[in-house]
Amino acid sequence: MIVQTLVILPGVLTTSHFEVLTAARSLGTVAVVSLGEPDVEVLARFGVDRVHVPDFDGHPLDPAVVADAAAGVIRESRPDAVLLASTFAGKAIAARLAVLFDGGAIVDVTGLRVDGARVIASKSVLAGTWETECEVTRGLPVFAVKPTSFEPVEAPGGAVAVVRVAAELSDAARAVTLEARVPRPESGRPALNEARVVVAGGRGLDGDFSLVEQLADALGGAVGATRVATDEGWIDHSAQIGQTGVTIAPKLYIGAGVSGAVHHTGGMRAAEVIVAINTDSEAPIFELADFGVVGDAAEVLAQAIEALRER
Amino acid sequence: MKIVVCVKQVPDIQSERSIADGRMVRGQDDVLNELDENALEAAVTLAEDLGGTVTALTMGPEGAGDALRRALQMGADDAVHVCDDRLAGADAVVTARVLGAAVRRIAGDGPVDLVVTGMATMDGLTSMVPTALATVLGLPAVTLAAEVECDGSTVRITRTIGEATEVYSAPLPALLSVTDQANEPRIPNFRTMMAAKKKPIATWDLGDLGLDDVTPAVAVVRAAPRPPRPAGTIITDTGDGGRRLAAYLLENRLV
Repeated sequence: MIVQTLVILPGVLTTSHFEVLTAARSLGTVAVVSLGEPDVEVLARFGVDRVHVPDFDGHPLDPAVVADAAAGVIRESRPDAVLLASTFAGKAIAARLAVLFDGGAIVDVTGLRVDGARVIASKSVLAGTWETECEVTRGLPVFAVKPTSFEPVEAPGGAVAVVRVAAELSDAARAVTLEARVPRPESGRPALNEARVVVAGGRGLDGDFSLVEQLADALGGAVGATRVATDEGWIDHSAQIGQTGVTIAPKLYIGAGVSGAVHHTGGMRAAEVIVAINTDSEAPIFELADFGVVGDAAEVLAQAIEALRER
Repeated sequence: MKIVVCVKQVPDIQSERSIADGRMVRGQDDVLNELDENALEAAVTLAEDLGGTVTALTMGPEGAGDALRRALQMGADDAVHVCDDRLAGADAVVTARVLGAAVRRIAGDGPVDLVVTGMATMDGLTSMVPTALATVLGLPAVTLAAEVECDGSTVRITRTIGEATEVYSAPLPALLSVTDQANEPRIPNFRTMMAAKKKPIATWDLGDLGLDDVTPAVAVVRAAPRPPRPAGTIITDTGDGGRRLAAYLLENRLV
């Protein structure tokens, strides 16, 4: 079956959005709801045939606002499935759409396939220790796709039709006011949930993230942290990897001074290659590590950075 | 001010968790979802500051009553347990519809001003129920709060998750979800534990809520434990650990 998909995207696209477009195209046709002014050339390169652009009339894009606008497009265009990126906001949008259309939402999706008239989604659960396949059995299926799960592939198609629509918002969505917004300072590094390489620091760093940052920059990666490190204020809370922070699945994860508590490993054990440095040879992180160094994180990091510079 | 806090009894994440027949195995090492303690703390603090009552609400099998007892020990005034065999395997949407029906029934005794939840439950970890519940109830939702302020007519939150730090507000009644950054949950003491024994827990089934069809829309087709990762190479740093790490990265084309 060719599945007619509708993908919810921001105006400015990053890797995770190209991944969602690639995932959608693997199911069938792709239309888009763009939350900002769309770049139709980019959308055309990923095989999108139509983009709906809601006019939010200046409303802040809270999940309820986005879901209500998308709901208008869904009622109009009746897609077989809705896809979006699995972020905190994406999950909230998925939840609201699932209720509005009496369907079901599956979040943190790592794979999608069509099986006859069904779409089967795969995802890992229980802190990454189990793999499952799920399906939505009635109503509108919504799939929130976990960043770094798909390899973005371009597939140029024809022209992209642009359809401008008014966003019809519920009273509940209108009632939420954005009073202030302070963007996080740009680090110049890739976003933690999209990065192919992540260097993370924990308690064993004793407060100094400079070597973790240097190694991340040498590898073109992002900087992450454990709950302890963010609670101590050694680094911003947005760097927290784990079940209540960011869940990552990079090609390479390097944990420095990270012990491997389940709160943290639940957010990183899907990494392809895991490297760990810790003074405690009994630390649970070594059970997951492909390569581990029992030693002082600062010394090992400093020497590794120097060795990589010399190559 | 009347506050309802949604809580859940979940398998301890430190225990060996598993799935059978497409459902999580429950009832062995279950505890109050740790993120719900932040929701309880936020609710009880607001009720103490502004005056009012806190009702703890859960949906789950018989053993889920333990989560409510813990909530009462932390300062909730009373509790409601929605318990019905037909709810086994409920998805986020069904859970939200059932909790929504329970909140409406609780509101029969006086309007509910605020529904408070944690940011996620450690079992399914979908983070969907807070927004789904707000949608069912038609309430504005201010979610993932790292800080909460409320004056009895407006709730204002600071959210630090995402690309920016944002301040949102909504008029009551509203739904509020809090993160594990929002507060330090209180630990029950002997006095609050004794007091909790006298607090009432009502048990409702689907008939009490006027609900009949609770078929979940999401079905698990297949579930299997992930194979353990093959044992890696662990070396002890004897002065060249950093160089060997760099060599590993280069040999495996990870640089």
